Amino acid sequence: MEIFVQQFINALALGGTYALLALGLAMVFSVLGLINFAHGELMTITGYAMFFAIAAGIPFPIAVILGIAAATLAAILMERIAFRPVRDANTATMLLTSFAVSTILHMLFQNLISARPKAIPVPDWMIGAINLGGLSIGVIQVMSITATTLLLLALTVFLRRSILGIAMRAASLDFPVTRLMGINANAVIATAFGISGLLAGVAGVLWLAQRGSVDPLMGFLPVLKAFIAVVLGGLGSLPGAVLGGFVLAFIEVSLRAFLPDDWLPFRESITLTLVIILLLVRPEGLLGRKDAVR
Amino acid sequence: MSEQGNLLAIEGLAVRYGAIEAVRNASLEVREGEIVTLLGANGAGKSSILNAVMGLVPVAEGRVVFEGQDVAGQPPERIVRRGMTLCPEGRHVFSNLTIAENLKIGAASRRDKSEAAATQADMLALFPILDERRDQLAGTLSGGEQQMLAIARAMMSQPKIVLLDEPSLGLAPQIVDTIFELIVRLRDRGATILLVEQNVDLALEIADRGYVLATGDIVLSGPAADLRGSGDVERAYMGSH
Repeated sequence: MEIFVQQFINALALGGTYALLALGLAMVFSVLGLINFAHGELMTITGYAMFFAIAAGIPFPIAVILGIAAATLAAILMERIAFRPVRDANTATMLLTSFAVSTILHMLFQNLISARPKAIPVPDWMIGAINLGGLSIGVIQVMSITATTLLLLALTVFLRRSILGIAMRAASLDFPVTRLMGINANAVIATAFGISGLLAGVAGVLWLAQRGSVDPLMGFLPVLKAFIAVVLGGLGSLPGAVLGGFVLAFIEVSLRAFLPDDWLPFRESITLTLVIILLLVRPEGLLGRKDAVR
Repeated sequence: MSEQGNLLAIEGLAVRYGAIEAVRNASLEVREGEIVTLLGANGAGKSSILNAVMGLVPVAEGRVVFEGQDVAGQPPERIVRRGMTLCPEGRHVFSNLTIAENLKIGAASRRDKSEAAATQADMLALFPILDERRDQLAGTLSGGEQQMLAIARAMMSQPKIVLLDEPSLGLAPQIVDTIFELIVRLRDRGATILLVEQNVDLALEIADRGYVLATGDIVLSGPAADLRGSGDVERAYMGSH
């Protein structure tokens, strides 16, 4: 029972990180029809911003804020510099642009900083665990679950209450008609990128707290997972992206915890096989619309 | 400057999709307080004219003079903020938003939110069925109700002129009558309307003036009363102009 609860919390914490990343991908996709493959680099930018901030003697909590701000700003700049000029081109052009942005950033990280991992010293209190009725829960896990919950709540309020939030939901269905409402297309798209950057920044901090270092390719794996989560949840559905992130994390954590030792090397393949089976049963994803065609 | 009294004047408009010329040389005027109808068979280019006027598709040639200023080529959001809006063909309500949210976003271009709330109350009074279902998703409405919502949503920006694209499309005859009565009521309340329709008889019944479009050209125009009686509209439709 105890190990079960422990693993459940692990899965929630990991699922939160995937959910934040997947939600960022899904927000940009829903307004632009673009899967932004440079999304992972936003996490990496958070990492380097924190690395340099800490190296400059800035306290850890402020470095965290700077790291998140850096990812948000980078996402907005990415849209302005790379994606806006090709917005009216076809989807393949935008997709290739996102690969280019990703590759250029890799090169910059490698050549201007280092190809080797840079350590990010995490404060001691974050490495510890909290004792909760006999259960020891990692501080990082608690922070991860709390941050995810708060962000998802704030985002829900934003999407339900504010005009810009309602406009973003409208734009995910019908962009031209959203503009007919007098909604500025650039504002909607820039906001989507800004939020995706913010979420990637927070996910980056949570990811870094576990790893303790940043390297040029840091963002690749988690964003690949987030992409799987988005497809699993239903491309274009924001709640779907969140659900997909949690489902993926639960599958991964269960396999890691309960699979026999000699099966462990295959756990990624087993995870992906399960995802494929889910998609065979529901090709539109868990919460996707049947008629969703882009 | 435009001719006096013209709220909207389309002058020599051409719209092209690649090599295809959808609209060749269309000119029409709408004066304040009028219902003007633009008729034509399927594919004649009526929607292309409206979409080009609103900036949803590029204007290849010509001018779109709204309140004395050429707005051709401006983005749709700016044109809406100037006071011209389009209720698109096929209704296009946001089916994933509630009715209240659809109306709220319709007023996005307005600064004064209390005035916008007043317009919303006004629209809900005009369309009681929408008031009853305020918190339901727009996708759950019937076709006629969706059309009402689309019109109400367009009115939320308090436009000086509304372009209505095929409001009768796919609706049952009684519902079509209701929608047309509503269009007349909106005009009586001071709205100016450019109405694109395939339902020629009904459109000419409520319109002040009409234009007939055939394969990208305006082939006939005049007061609705004159167009109604003569066989010219049918002849223009058949393409024997």
